[in-house]
Amino acid sequence: MATVSVCQYHPGGFSFENCKRNALLEADINKLGFSSPAARKTGTTICGVVYKDGVVLGADTRATEGMVVADKNCSKIHYISPNIYCCGAGTAADTEMTTQIISSNLELHSLSTGRLPRVATANRMLKQMLFRYQGYIGAALVLGGVDCNGPHLYSIYPHGSTDKLPYVTMGSGSLAAMAVFEDRYRPNMEEEEAKRLVRDAIAAGIFNDLGSGSNIDLCVISKGKVDYLRPHDVANKKGVRTGSYRYKHGTTGVLTKAVTPLSLEVVEENVQTMDTS
Amino acid sequence: MNTRGLRSQLKDSVPVTGLCPQAGPYGVQDSLRRGFSSVKNELLPSHPLELSEKNFQLNQDKMNFNTLRNIQGLHAPLKLQMEYRAARQIQRLPFLPSSNLALDTLRGSDDTIGFEDFLNDPVQSEMMGDPHIMTEYKLGIL
Repeated sequence: MATVSVCQYHPGGFSFENCKRNALLEADINKLGFSSPAARKTGTTICGVVYKDGVVLGADTRATEGMVVADKNCSKIHYISPNIYCCGAGTAADTEMTTQIISSNLELHSLSTGRLPRVATANRMLKQMLFRYQGYIGAALVLGGVDCNGPHLYSIYPHGSTDKLPYVTMGSGSLAAMAVFEDRYRPNMEEEEAKRLVRDAIAAGIFNDLGSGSNIDLCVISKGKVDYLRPHDVANKKGVRTGSYRYKHGTTGVLTKAVTPLSLEVVEENVQTMDTS
Repeated sequence: MNTRGLRSQLKDSVPVTGLCPQAGPYGVQDSLRRGFSSVKNELLPSHPLELSEKNFQLNQDKMNFNTLRNIQGLHAPLKLQMEYRAARQIQRLPFLPSSNLALDTLRGSDDTIGFEDFLNDPVQSEMMGDPHIMTEYKLGIL
């Protein structure tokens, strides 16, 4: 009887052992008509803008799982270092773990150099990691911060390309937010004006995109100061019932009941899926 | 210990059955040591990233050594490779996982954190080879 008696050394990290099994299971499940569980995404609106003294980052707070809202108040602005924050769109787990890994690496790096970390360093680390995994890590990020060279804002795509711009938007609601930016952005704004602009851009994404919703979070980063406003604006309050609908004691019970079914026929069926990416 | 350079250590394919993939010293399948083989499992990589991840560390080293050679001359990578070879030989018994501290320090990965540090950490692996068989294999007695 042959057994595998010599164990090969596995260096750690991702293991691809189950890929073939998963592909087989996927094919079988689809034949039976069911669908495999979907990853939780953050169909999102995130954006950032550079103003006179620093950077304002904004995000909505809805996390979706297919067509269902999985989290009504999730936090999409992640901490990277005391002067750098990062908004994440795409698969929620990927953005969470990626930003945590880069935050740890930046901390070790800054302890090693003895200086406050720079935004360009975080950008370089993120893009090298995302390129290494060829887009399989679905994290689209807006990275902003203030370092010794001034305020910086980067947008990072899942395949590893980055852009350094004065205003950026990402997520499924990015087009709505970008429309607001293109209309009202001007260089060297004041802090209040920048906050209002970002708030309006995220609100545009929330009200015009199904994948974004709930509240607006804001993060204002300037030299030596970070304001993490969560929530900055509760745009969607849950409705309050105007009256009590309980029956009073002593209400008459039901005496008789007659049911007449109406026969209807389905004339037309129309399914539209929304793009939550 | 492979005495040739980095290039020959690259795994440029997932091994193919029948063309000495699990070949032991006699050129046939080594079922005792590597288990049964099947064509379907071994013909193609199961994920596009599998090969690039297997070779990632090697490719990084190659790139770094090439840059070092271009900047500082041939002696720099040669000296460093000698130190790597020495550090790689500091291991524990064949069936125990080694921390590779010296190798990590040389590479500079002792102050970075990546997926290999908390996913599938070999220190926490649930399988271990049989100590006697592993030592015999290492000494070439098996």
